[in-house]
Amino acid sequence: MSLRERLNSGGFAVTAEISPPRGADTGPVTAAAAVLRDWVDAVNVTDNQGSSVRLASWAGSLAAQAAGLEPVMQMTCRDRNRIALQSDLLGACALGIRNVLVMTGDHPRFGDHPGAKPVFDLDSVQLLWTLRAMRDDGVLLSGRRLRPPPDCFLGAVENPSAPPRDFRADRLAKKVAAGAQFVQTQYVFDIGVFGSWMARVRDLGLHRRCHVLAGIGAVRSRRALDYMREKVPGVVVPDDVYRRLTAGPADRFADEAAKLAAELVQQVRDIEGVAGVHLFAAGNEHVVPAILDSAGIRAGDHGR
Amino acid sequence: MSASSARPPIPTHPRLGVRAAYRVQRWLRPNAALRWLSARIEASGLARPLFTQAERQAKQALFGCRMCGQCALPVTGYVCPMGCPKELRNGPCGGVAADGGCEVYPDRRCVWVEAYERAAAQGRAADLRLLHRPADNRRWGTSSWLSYWQGRDEDLWTAGDRAPVRGAAR
Repeated sequence: MSLRERLNSGGFAVTAEISPPRGADTGPVTAAAAVLRDWVDAVNVTDNQGSSVRLASWAGSLAAQAAGLEPVMQMTCRDRNRIALQSDLLGACALGIRNVLVMTGDHPRFGDHPGAKPVFDLDSVQLLWTLRAMRDDGVLLSGRRLRPPPDCFLGAVENPSAPPRDFRADRLAKKVAAGAQFVQTQYVFDIGVFGSWMARVRDLGLHRRCHVLAGIGAVRSRRALDYMREKVPGVVVPDDVYRRLTAGPADRFADEAAKLAAELVQQVRDIEGVAGVHLFAAGNEHVVPAILDSAGIRAGDHGR
Repeated sequence: MSASSARPPIPTHPRLGVRAAYRVQRWLRPNAALRWLSARIEASGLARPLFTQAERQAKQALFGCRMCGQCALPVTGYVCPMGCPKELRNGPCGGVAADGGCEVYPDRRCVWVEAYERAAAQGRAADLRLLHRPADNRRWGTSSWLSYWQGRDEDLWTAGDRAPVRGAAR
């Protein structure tokens, strides 16, 4: 069952994430896909995550697909203008990639090429809008016709905990109006904040037009947690969560983080309108089965 | 494009209060006199650059304007979205810090955090739900007031849920 079918049938979807390697080899993608294959419906393949150069998202997506795991190709607005973005969508869809996740992208200043030119020719709403027009109306942004139009399932991201919080559900509404069919959120650590955002999402009726997947993180180490808290834009780690994770000895950190992730999966699952979870565990894929298992989601429920 | 490369985007706190800005907005609305005047200015090789320069000076001082030539200020609480380092015209990115600071310039407030506060304070939060079409990069350095009075800005944004991404005027 594809991600689109899973979500459209009302099933609880699970996605995870793979970061392609810094090198001309798809082997690491294939290895990560083998771990995740039986546990998740699809896997995001990141697009030069953190503004640092990696193997291209389309290439990683094809490698995941060849390894039997449905890819979600991430597409940021950071590096390509409207010509390149439309061209890449055509190429990806022609080669069998069906899920595309659109995001603004981190600023190049934070990556390994801080002097790079930031493109941001389109923003994420405009890119979703453009891709939807390509698919549904068969036209490019220029107005020229396409034959055949691409077939794709369009995803967006949202960060419920970033200011202005009162506007975050409305921003999702813009993305849904533009064409988003599913949304994955940034890390959810604070169920209260996520719950208020979901309440507003339901008030706007967005959960009926767009499948909401809550982003849940399994943090690997205390160092990773500190880095995320201080350096990753938009991630909020509340003090009580930080204290809980850092209270025990270092060798118990990963277990406690996995336990927290499993609890969060169960908690978001009980919130009305949540259609699935997206697990942030890139480079740490082997914890995904344990988290899902303790959250009551079995192997074989997902995957193909 | 020269304007865009000369002055990189940086979040700028507007010097004009939001109530005053909305008041000025009422005076600037297109009418027959402004349409006539703007057509005369556009047709003149002398008046057009002078007028454009005056607009640049005024809007740069008040809003940090970079002369994208397709002004969004009337529907962004009079906070310029082209001051966003990602030039986002449809709302904030996900990288806004917990204190409302910009991802790229943490000591400056995110333009969309300010836009939301200013618009909401005047009952205009709904403005921020409008969908802005992709910018036309040929318009950098041109006068957006002249375009506005000439009716060329009517397709910059839309409220329509199934509206075409490409406006009729493009």
